[in-house]
Amino acid sequence: MREETLRLQDKAVDIRKWIIELSQIAGGGHLGGSLSMVDALVALYYHVLKYDPENPDWPERDRFILSKGHGALGLCPVLCDVGFYRREMMDNFNDLDSPFGMHPDMNKIPGIEMSTGSLGHGLSVAVGVALSGKLDQADWRVFCLLGDGECNEGMVWEAAMSASHFRLGNLTAIVDRNGYSLDGPTEEIMALEPFAEKWRSFGWACHEVDGHDMDALLEAFDKAGDAAGDSPTCIISNTVKGKGVSFMENANEWHYAGCDDELTAQALDDLEACRLERG
Amino acid sequence: MPKGFTWTTLDVDKFATREMYGKILAEIAPTDNRIVVLTSDLMMSNKTGDFARAHPERFFNFGIAEQNMMGAAAGFAISGKIPFASTMAVFASLRCAEQLRTDIAYPNLNVRVISTHSGLSMGNGGTTHHSTEDIAVTRSMANMTVIVPADANCCAKVVVDSLEYQGPIYMRLGRGAEPIVYKGEFDFKIGTANTVREGDDITVIACGICVMAAIKASRKLEKEGIGVRVVDMHTIKPLDTDVIVKAADETGRIITMEEHNILGGLGSAVGETIAEAGLAVKFKRLGIPDIYSTIGQPDDLYERYGLDANGIYESIKEFV
Repeated sequence: MREETLRLQDKAVDIRKWIIELSQIAGGGHLGGSLSMVDALVALYYHVLKYDPENPDWPERDRFILSKGHGALGLCPVLCDVGFYRREMMDNFNDLDSPFGMHPDMNKIPGIEMSTGSLGHGLSVAVGVALSGKLDQADWRVFCLLGDGECNEGMVWEAAMSASHFRLGNLTAIVDRNGYSLDGPTEEIMALEPFAEKWRSFGWACHEVDGHDMDALLEAFDKAGDAAGDSPTCIISNTVKGKGVSFMENANEWHYAGCDDELTAQALDDLEACRLERG
Repeated sequence: MPKGFTWTTLDVDKFATREMYGKILAEIAPTDNRIVVLTSDLMMSNKTGDFARAHPERFFNFGIAEQNMMGAAAGFAISGKIPFASTMAVFASLRCAEQLRTDIAYPNLNVRVISTHSGLSMGNGGTTHHSTEDIAVTRSMANMTVIVPADANCCAKVVVDSLEYQGPIYMRLGRGAEPIVYKGEFDFKIGTANTVREGDDITVIACGICVMAAIKASRKLEKEGIGVRVVDMHTIKPLDTDVIVKAADETGRIITMEEHNILGGLGSAVGETIAEAGLAVKFKRLGIPDIYSTIGQPDDLYERYGLDANGIYESIKEFV
């Protein structure tokens, strides 16, 4: 297990560095929220999810929906790295007619299950996918990654209510709880706490984890319900916005921003240092 | 029953299109296991109860949460199902405008949005429940097909044909008390208008309940020596522009007629076509004149806004 943890931690550093590099190509991006969710994404795509990059429509695959669609900058390098497309495809990120932009498009990017970007929508779509899976008595599962700020949206709670009503044990929501939305700390802008209690009162099993502790994430995904289960699971992944880059951590001006060459070099150094620190 | 209350939303007999919608779905479901039916606490009212009883495992009631239902419909569609998601038109098109546009139309998914109680058909429900903007809203969404069937038989054709149709459909059903326009076998193709009455003096291009009103006026005017062509423009988008241009050329006068604000709906679509074709014709749009409709029984409202047979008769008389 230790070896697997190290492999995943290494991968998380690689992906974070790639996000910084990609944001340079793209002329900026949602850095804070992309960096915060990397460990959960890595746990999912390199350990938990079943999928086949050679056959993105493989019927038996697990489904992943990025409800916080502005995290495309974080998801696209992962999909590339696991083999859905070549790195060169992202060379024109954000340019005219590029498949890659601020938000992911299912009809342009292999491996993207659903076009997202409008906050609050993803969990409802995931409910529909999970209902479809149950109807077909399928073994595959559905995972949906939300931002914490987007849980201000009423539609999230409509979806939460329906997921437990329909007993969607095949559905797992992960909330990237980095504590900030665009305008500031979530508890100042529109308070979410007691957050876990809210999910539990909506009929979900809810686990809170340190979203940068790979072993804790894997354990939480292990505990998440199986396809035949009755209760949907929410994993509140407590994270640091801008994780791994000293000057971006909890500095909300990096919600959407770009680095010049000097800051890029520093960011990459900071991230490499994370790897060395870990040993 | 209270005085003046001639129907209720639970009344089965008068709701022809909605009744047909539920019945036809239940009937075709065994032939296609992709069909799933979604409603938001309107099973009794939109007649999907027939489907629910016959195929409970494929029926999903989302409660009073229309946006979640539309999002889930998108989820079913990306999983290979053909979801029929129904709620009242005002909620389907306005409360769920963004779900229709961003979750359904933009990814080009095979969701069939069945909106009921459109136009003025909620009568004394008043403006909160009238839907006079939905055609304008949905036809401005790229990828979206917009259909307003004239009667229950036409509605049934849309439901059946939609199984082999690619892309999202917004189908607008009305009060359901629509008189039958199409009897026996008839041609129906999504995107191809039906000329239901021939005439060379003027053309009425109508949709939904207005088709029968125009037919009645046409019959009456025929006796007075005025030839009124009636076109059932059941598909607002993609629009059958050939029929419009032909009518403009041959009759020189066009009146559009719809249970909708005159802005943005069928009248606008026809007007755009005529203008771009460079044709000079006398042209008038009948509908709700950019006001919020008042309270009243549907028939009284149709009379008020000139959308009944007498109303279109008078409009034509003024025009020719």
